[in-house]
Amino acid sequence: MIEIQSLHKSFGPLEVLKGIDLTVNKGEVVTIIGGSGSGKSTLLTCINGLEPIASGKVIVDGIEVHAKSTNLNTLRQKIGIVFQQWNAFPHLTVLENVTLAPRKVLGLSKAEAEAIGEKQLSHVGLGAKLSTYPTMLSGGQQQRMAIARALAMSPDYMLFDEVTSALDPQLVGEVLETLKMLAEEGMTMICVTHEMAFARDVSHRVAYFHRGVMAEIGAPEQIFGDPQHEETRKFLASVR
Amino acid sequence: MFSTSLTLSDVVFLAQGAGMTILVTALSVATGTVLGVIFGVLRLQLGTILAMPLVFFLDIFRSIPLLIQLVLANAFVGMVLQLETSGFTIACIVLSLYTASYCAEIVRGGIQAVPSTTRRAARSLGMTWFQDMRYIVAPLATRIALPSWIGLALGVMKDSALVYVVQVTELLKSTQILITRLQEPLFLLLVCGAFYFLISFPLARFGGYLEKRWSK
Ligand SMILES: Nc1ncnc2c1ncn2[C@@H]1O[C@H](COP(=O)(O)OP(=O)(O)OP(=O)(O)O)[C@@H](O)[C@H]1O
Ligand SMILES: [Mg+2]
Repeated sequence: MIEIQSLHKSFGPLEVLKGIDLTVNKGEVVTIIGGSGSGKSTLLTCINGLEPIASGKVIVDGIEVHAKSTNLNTLRQKIGIVFQQWNAFPHLTVLENVTLAPRKVLGLSKAEAEAIGEKQLSHVGLGAKLSTYPTMLSGGQQQRMAIARALAMSPDYMLFDEVTSALDPQLVGEVLETLKMLAEEGMTMICVTHEMAFARDVSHRVAYFHRGVMAEIGAPEQIFGDPQHEETRKFLASVR
Repeated sequence: MFSTSLTLSDVVFLAQGAGMTILVTALSVATGTVLGVIFGVLRLQLGTILAMPLVFFLDIFRSIPLLIQLVLANAFVGMVLQLETSGFTIACIVLSLYTASYCAEIVRGGIQAVPSTTRRAARSLGMTWFQDMRYIVAPLATRIALPSWIGLALGVMKDSALVYVVQVTELLKSTQILITRLQEPLFLLLVCGAFYFLISFPLARFGGYLEKRWSK
């Protein structure tokens, strides 16, 4: 379970998150929508401790992420995150990209890690690209590789930050299919997305962020069908 | 018809000088690179203010001509520290620090050229700072920094000619000794240049080979 309690976060004088409260249960898929600069990416990087916070709490499975005593490297093993930019490790093959962390962080043998890596890469449709270098892959393939890389750590949670927004339109579908498949398998996910159809079809709850505040959260039917907040209505009208 | 009084034993003498050039260069570049990596990483890790003494120290070695550094270091060790040290040791120490001061900049540039998003991806997989450095930053920064590092190594090799001021007889000094004796400056300088080329060529080729291999 991920519990976020009155989370405040600033970059210098700029307050980016102004008191966020959100609980994501095991097996739940929560999508976050909202305008540019509303703090969606920042929230994700606070959840796995990549960013420090000003006040409030993020608690993952009972462990307070920003507590001094928390070992972030251990904690991050169970929180996978995939970013908008593909972030392949360009000097490693596709399989090596995926097996590096299982070997070095989890201490698996090469053979064990490769078995997992091959499984995850086939899962996202890259079973034939194991020894290719990432620069030879399309954007959509690189993004699926990044997903497989995160999954190879057998995380309990996956965070996705606009994983399709840097892709050519014809490549968006294949990545969204991968996310859907994960959701159907019961992965606990928080997805920041601009793909409204995806948010509607896949998520249990949709949260709308506006200027550092979670203005509204609810079932997709409610958010898309009957938004309560004025800003949600405006935002949805603008993206339709 | 070309004729020379250069004998086989003179060529051996030159080869010995070349051997000294290779030895001084190899030791200095090896030590200087290790130190340069440490200084370069430290400089980035310490933050602007804490790194200032280090930056100042490195700037000294980068801005004072090597010849002056050698003479001053020799005088300092002999007269102030009153130590019995060979010119060879002094040459290696000074050239190492000289190499390190340039190498630190190359390393810093290489590390900074690794995108922060790539490093974030590594950290978010649970890798420690050290694992990120070891498995992601080091290989990528090495590829980026290699051409400059090869340039530095070749530069140090040529600059090592200056160690004659601390009584180390390397390639150029050996050549000068022969010139004085045989009075054939142009021919001997040509031979000397050929020796320098033979030393540089493999390193330059090796760099080219690595670059090609990595660019696939
Ligand atoms: N590292 C940083 N340093 C300073 N300001 C930052 C940093 N990262 C983000 N910000 C600022 O914080 C605010 C929120 O950024 P964030 O990336 O979380 O927005 P977002 O909702 O993800 O937007 P987008 O849809 O454009 O990705 C923005 O005003 C941004 O400029
Ligand atoms: Mg964002």
